[in-house]
Amino acid sequence: MMHVIGTWIAAGLTLAIFSFLYKDNPFYKFAEHLYVGVSAAFAILYTWAFDVYPMLIDRFQLERGAERWILLVPTVFGLLMLTRWFPKVSWLSRWAIALTVGIAAGLGITGQVQGILLPQIAGTLLPLTSANNIILIVGVIATLVYFYFSVAQKGAVRLGSRLGMVFIMVAFGASFGYTVMARISLLIGRLHFLVFDWLHLVK
Amino acid sequence: MKFFDKIATIDRRIIYLALGIVVLVPVIFKLVLPIRVSEPVRDAYNSIDRLQDGSVVMVSIDYDAGSEPEIQPMLLSILRHCFAKHHRVIMTGQWALGLPFGEIAMATVTAERNRAARTPADSVLYGRDYVDLGYRPGQRALMVGLGREFRDFFAADYRNTPVDDLPLMRGVHNYSNIDLLVGLEAGNSGDEWIQFAGARYGVKIIIGATGVIAPDMFHYMQARQIKGLIGGLQGAAEYETLVSHPGTGIAGMVAQSWAHLLLLGFIVLGNVGYFVMRRRAQS
Amino acid sequence: MKKEIPLAITFLTGVIIVVTFFIPHQPLGSMQQRLLIWYSIVLGFTTLLGVDSLMGSNFRKVLRRSPGWGYSLVVILGFLITMVTGLWSWIATKSLITLGSPFMFIYTWMIVPLTATMFALLAFFIASAAYRAFRARTLEATLLLVTAAIVMLGRVPIGAKIWSQLPAIQDWVMEIPQMAAKRGIFIGVAMGTIAMSLRVILGLERTYLS
Repeated sequence: MMHVIGTWIAAGLTLAIFSFLYKDNPFYKFAEHLYVGVSAAFAILYTWAFDVYPMLIDRFQLERGAERWILLVPTVFGLLMLTRWFPKVSWLSRWAIALTVGIAAGLGITGQVQGILLPQIAGTLLPLTSANNIILIVGVIATLVYFYFSVAQKGAVRLGSRLGMVFIMVAFGASFGYTVMARISLLIGRLHFLVFDWLHLVK
Repeated sequence: MKFFDKIATIDRRIIYLALGIVVLVPVIFKLVLPIRVSEPVRDAYNSIDRLQDGSVVMVSIDYDAGSEPEIQPMLLSILRHCFAKHHRVIMTGQWALGLPFGEIAMATVTAERNRAARTPADSVLYGRDYVDLGYRPGQRALMVGLGREFRDFFAADYRNTPVDDLPLMRGVHNYSNIDLLVGLEAGNSGDEWIQFAGARYGVKIIIGATGVIAPDMFHYMQARQIKGLIGGLQGAAEYETLVSHPGTGIAGMVAQSWAHLLLLGFIVLGNVGYFVMRRRAQS
Repeated sequence: MKKEIPLAITFLTGVIIVVTFFIPHQPLGSMQQRLLIWYSIVLGFTTLLGVDSLMGSNFRKVLRRSPGWGYSLVVILGFLITMVTGLWSWIATKSLITLGSPFMFIYTWMIVPLTATMFALLAFFIASAAYRAFRARTLEATLLLVTAAIVMLGRVPIGAKIWSQLPAIQDWVMEIPQMAAKRGIFIGVAMGTIAMSLRVILGLERTYLS
């Protein structure tokens, strides 16, 4: 029974959102606002259930000695983040932001060097023994030249830049093709739900 | 000339209707086309297939309902493949709102396996054969931290059962105990898994990605930073073909094909109308 | 106090994370792990900030009976009902992702169709936009269009029916020229990220403090 009720609710909300294709209307607005409210509650509950509760409250009960009290440090930083609610002391939230920004920046440096820069350059160091390898190397260099704005785009740089543009257009065209595929897939998913699960037009 | 005026100014609602129809008809009539398996998907399949039986595969649910039709069929096929090979699965996720999809897929596949099981050893049990750790915020920090000790972040599973009470987790402390990581991606978590688990700790990774993300994964594939790539619904259909278990991936490919043809048709019409009208304006 | 302490925190944490990459031994290794755990915890709190500002603006709209206040009421009711259902399900089933719980009812039959359909709408918009804006006006635009057409046809089963070589051409486009450009872009982004991260750690980039 709950399944049937749920299916009808889902179908109603699906059609309400699709009604926007004709024009903006109260059904769409209702569904849109419901989405915002329900999602916000999910965000809070999940933050509590998967972060604050297991990482702080549970840990505080489990740990002993210094390990227990050291948990007060992230708690204080977390609470400092919430000082943004109080304009007079909102500057304290910068301490918490600084902590996250510092760690993210530190990880960013090592991650980008080790995870992107070195392996990607290594992947480009290929022998010029096949047309594909030549195209690949030329494409990477030309794309980099296109984004190199520190020198005037003249002579060889301009040529490289134009070639880079060709490769970039191919990449954007490919991305567009894949994006179309992704969006159509989502539409198929919704129509599949309406036809199979709701209307039972197909078994 | 009226014809060209018309094709240059087709009402958007006609385009919407046409798209709706070409997607709906193949879905209703369950039309299918043969699926060609591409190399990146076959590589992903082989990465799981060539693991020793009983290996530990970690699956990260990094998507939500906005990408579910593309990625969920991949997850179902991968789980079917893993359990058929008697691999053990640890599930986690970087997108909190996607976690239930992991549970839904796991419930579906384990029920299938357990229905067909003839001996207790064939069945798939929570704690022994699979575990769901749930979600923690932090993404890149979490990924680096797991390289040292899972328990620092996941002392308990999603039901708050201590991980040491789960037989599968007793031997899992860091990435050295993970044989393969499967990232199912709708955002940048895949890049971060590659940087912070793959490059830093040498974890073998395969990626299943939405159509939007997949083109940004080919350079990782060429540099062997990932061992396989399943891109979009077509990728999901290819994996379903490989595990011989047709699902919504294969079922959607005719609709997908027709929609692409229609869209290209509209682009051609738009261009014809545009160039005819431009020539007319010039003359 | 208002600027110096945050700058010092950023500098210290950033340097520790970089140094521990090279020297992961004790006690630095544990220090790094502790910082990573703290990062994970503190980041969770930021979610509350976004939700608070969203709910605050909707509450004000309802209280002042501003135009469209009825929709704001939908936001608030949706929020409250989901919160109550979630807390109840969590207490009753010990988890927020227990299938079959009332909370998962809301997830399965409301969150999923709403989110999925929002994104499915984009299929229609992308079709309409492609028809209107995708013009082969220049060489670059033509290149973009031709590549898109090859990928759109070659990537789906009908491509092989139209021309058996189309899937192979699509594979080549994705694996060679497309990949080369993306690699160039990613290398550029990596260099930019490294430079920006260094500026942040050294205190030269301070916009995050404003």
